[in-house]
Amino acid sequence: MEPIIEIKHLTHIYSPNTPFEQKALDDIDLTIYRGEYLGIIGRTGSGKSTLIQHLNGLMKPTSGQVLFEGQDIWSSKALTHSIRFQVGLVFQYPEYQLFEETVYKDISFGPRNMKLEEEEIDRRVRQAAAFAGLSDEILSRSPFELSGGQKRRVAIAGVIAMEPKVLILDEPTAGLDPAGSASILANIDAYRQANNATVIIVSHSMEDVARITDRLVVVSHGTLPFVGAPREVFSHGEELNELGLSVPAVNRVFARIRAAGIDLDPAVYTVDQAKAALLKALARKGGR
Amino acid sequence: MSTIIKAENLVFSYPDEPEGHPPVLRGIDLEIETGTFVAILGHNGSGKSTLAKHINALLTPTEGKMWVDGLDTSDPENLLEVRGRVGMVFQNPDNQIVASVVEEDVAFGPENLGVPPDEIRQRVDGALRMVGMYELREHSPHLLSGGQKQRVAIAGVIAMMPKCIVLDEATAMLDPSGRKETVDTIRSLNEDYDITVVLITHHMDEAAQAQRLIVMSEGQIIDDGPPKEVFQHVDTLRAAGLDVPETVSLLYELRKSGVDVPLDALSDEACANVLTKLLTE
Repeated sequence: MEPIIEIKHLTHIYSPNTPFEQKALDDIDLTIYRGEYLGIIGRTGSGKSTLIQHLNGLMKPTSGQVLFEGQDIWSSKALTHSIRFQVGLVFQYPEYQLFEETVYKDISFGPRNMKLEEEEIDRRVRQAAAFAGLSDEILSRSPFELSGGQKRRVAIAGVIAMEPKVLILDEPTAGLDPAGSASILANIDAYRQANNATVIIVSHSMEDVARITDRLVVVSHGTLPFVGAPREVFSHGEELNELGLSVPAVNRVFARIRAAGIDLDPAVYTVDQAKAALLKALARKGGR
Repeated sequence: MSTIIKAENLVFSYPDEPEGHPPVLRGIDLEIETGTFVAILGHNGSGKSTLAKHINALLTPTEGKMWVDGLDTSDPENLLEVRGRVGMVFQNPDNQIVASVVEEDVAFGPENLGVPPDEIRQRVDGALRMVGMYELREHSPHLLSGGQKQRVAIAGVIAMMPKCIVLDEATAMLDPSGRKETVDTIRSLNEDYDITVVLITHHMDEAAQAQRLIVMSEGQIIDDGPPKEVFQHVDTLRAAGLDVPETVSLLYELRKSGVDVPLDALSDEACANVLTKLLTE
């Protein structure tokens, strides 16, 4: 696997040398790979938002480095500028940031700032809209007439239109119903696969991150206590609870069954895995 | 038991909607008993928030009727009475806090109702204790967590002494611990103070804690009953763009594979008990 972002000894201190001084990130090391689907979980105030804002140069490390494709993103002004197009960040409730008269203009804002040819801008707007699950006829409408779910798709398309190599989304499904959430997550994954892009998703929904990501990063008090495959991370159910994080429901159910003295896989975290594990246990019992 | 909320053939269309567009609410018949904890589930655009806004007369029916505690919400004379009896808490905690000190924010409602100062003091202290925010009464709201802000917003509603509280996706912007704080608070208001609670949510695990669960789709009520029963209708819910808690989903999958398990084990504990029994007997 090829690294795309390397975080080395990253520390960030808010309001340094004042009574309000607060260490938000404390000597963090993390390598993020090209094409991977990474989940970031952590409580409000754990430092996860501070962390993702370092990945595209919105925040500057107090100490330590963030490398993009091997180069320190703060090594030159031109590089810092270009990183903002290559690492796209979709904030929480991005629909509040729409501002243009039409959906088309809103989505084209990013590529236009990249000073691309008109033809290329048009291609990108249409392709990004398709990736975000928006039909062509919506492009001429005002974003303010759309439903909440559609507005969020417009905001995501606006970032996708810059064709970032890394796409970071902070709570992309908050406030959406289950069908809407599933559909947006599928759209994001389609973009990732088509472009071999890295997707980083910050979420409070353990069930979602368990199902969709390749690797999970747990942020707590400015450090990363757990980094690994969901299977590995969710096997630390008790420690996660102590950090104030929940684990997926099936994980909790399995912990209770194991506490009753039944031998089951401790690293089960999706409904499908749980079903398979239970059917296997039942077959074993029947065979005895 | 008395009825606090009653809707009869309630139809609602927004006035600026194009001709031929179906109404947002298409004939709702509903009765809610005083003191119950009701959850309303529905996909985005199902009409659940529109229904909620009818409960404290922010909206009034285009056709049909809505009564709150026996008061017809369409009668402008009843408006203040209805709003005094039903308090609402909305999604974004930052949009609902008006003052720069927690207790002043909670006092805002009763002050506007013209409540005498001594009584305001009592109500504010009482409301802050009920939501567990009394210790932080002199803090500045902007330094609170999302869950704490929602509890302040709830205290602000409580201080107006409503009979019913409607929470319109009040947990959507909170993290899991903030959601739990908020839901625990409203459960205690319901259980200990007999306040009727209507909780509108996208979170199946919150809906599972209610006494009664109403499911909306396309402006109509498509299911209504105790969560244990409603969540057994896995196919109906999924067809309406909703889902069931993972516990039920797991039991449902096992049943599809021919394992005989009941679907009404909603909590982690109940589900684990069913499965433990299955694996040991």
